Amino acid sequence: MALIECKNVSLGYEGKPIVTGLDFEVNEGDYLCIIGENGSGKSTLMKSLLGQKSVISGKISFDRSLNRKEIGYLPQQTVVQKDFPASVREIVLSGCLNGCGLKPFYSASQKKTAAENMEKLSISDIADRCYRELSGGQQQRVLLARALCATKKLLILDEPVAGLDPLVTQNLYSMIKEINQNGITVIMVSHDMNGAIENASHILHIGNTPLFFGKKKDYLKSDVCRIFSQGGDAQ
Amino acid sequence: MIETLTHYLSFTFVQYALIAGVLISLCASLLGVSLVLKRYSMIGDGLSHVAFGALAVAAVCSLAPMTVTLPVTIVAAVILLGINSNGKIKGDAAIAMISVGTLAFGYLLMNVFSVSSNISGDVCTTLFGSTSILTLTNSDIILCTVLAIVVILVFVIFYHKIFAVTFDEGFANATGTNTKLYNNLIAVVTAVVIVLAMNLVGALLVSALIIFPALTAMRVFKSFFSVIIGAAVISVFCTLTGLIIAIIGGTPVGSTIVIADIVVFAIFTLIGKITGRIKA
Repeated sequence: MALIECKNVSLGYEGKPIVTGLDFEVNEGDYLCIIGENGSGKSTLMKSLLGQKSVISGKISFDRSLNRKEIGYLPQQTVVQKDFPASVREIVLSGCLNGCGLKPFYSASQKKTAAENMEKLSISDIADRCYRELSGGQQQRVLLARALCATKKLLILDEPVAGLDPLVTQNLYSMIKEINQNGITVIMVSHDMNGAIENASHILHIGNTPLFFGKKKDYLKSDVCRIFSQGGDAQ
Repeated sequence: MIETLTHYLSFTFVQYALIAGVLISLCASLLGVSLVLKRYSMIGDGLSHVAFGALAVAAVCSLAPMTVTLPVTIVAAVILLGINSNGKIKGDAAIAMISVGTLAFGYLLMNVFSVSSNISGDVCTTLFGSTSILTLTNSDIILCTVLAIVVILVFVIFYHKIFAVTFDEGFANATGTNTKLYNNLIAVVTAVVIVLAMNLVGALLVSALIIFPALTAMRVFKSFFSVIIGAAVISVFCTLTGLIIAIIGGTPVGSTIVIADIVVFAIFTLIGKITGRIKA
């Protein structure tokens, strides 16, 4: 069975649907990129995948091997975080919290996981720096390391490159690609069409109704892609 | 001066006041860090006014103050934090509404059904604390100590969860932390601390005890852990200094403590500026 399967799903707020008729599945090792314009329902879909929102109709089913608590999530930055006094190590370690249960403190193996993930994203040297003093790219890597601590299987990224300059963006994309090649399934929501498509294996393009779902190479040939990438209205 | 101090320290009521002061300010500062970072600084202020209203009800019905103020404030805290995350009425507007509403209600009650001859004195005492910290009885101290220990234990046991919920609720929620539970826990603990701290500095000044140590520590310290420890130390230091000055100089306890907090805040801001510039 697929890792995640969406069957005829409708999503929306207070009973009013924003997206209807979503049909797609994510298999292990996929790199799915969800694209669409503002208000097309990307974030709503992501919240439903994370279990923060229920669907209006249809069904999202998860493979039994995927624990809903073990989804790594890279959210968009909040205002609160901008001036938050916390060290990089504290933040990365907080990704391990879902493995703690009722235990009040982190175990040695969780601390090791955190250290490994910091190493992986080359932020070990800034482990004791204060989060609010870091650059945007560094902050994203910290949050990515935290997300990796929370999962062994699936990573969900919400606009990971928003507000980053081109070089840092490229850097982050290649890190995400590497994570994916190491066996973690990636679902990414993005505005940045070109950069996002470059690395993805599958594309889901939504705009109130699903406009396209399939492999990247098929997407590149589709009309939806041509219209959208020319900046025209995809409707 | 040291002689006067030792003379005063030999009185049990002064010892009680110091013990209660240290415990209360410790709790308030621990919680304050989380509240300030979550942008809930005004909640302390709002809740203290709720507690004032509840206190007025207790006085009119001649009930023990704690039995009314504690449950009412806890309920108000849970509702206020809940509103903030729901967002129909914006959080700050809700706090302002409840805050002035209960203040007016409390004063009206005290005025209309007054039980003592000195209403303005009573109101002033409840709002600014004046001497109630120096009139604590043995049972007050026991209650205060027990509650303070519970608050500190809750904080230590749930430290990492509180950090996660404070830093990034969305992530914590997505990865299976029960954020609602911990937000409510923070709300309940806040209410307990505020009711306790009202004895020390009075209803109007409670929020100073919550926000100043946290803000002061944030000027200089760079990690969550060091901010928490820093805030706790600063808070206890300021309260002790304020209390001792108040006892020796005969100044009002609450405002003296708050002034001590403000002075230390100013000093730390300066230190933060200087060290920041050296690094840059």
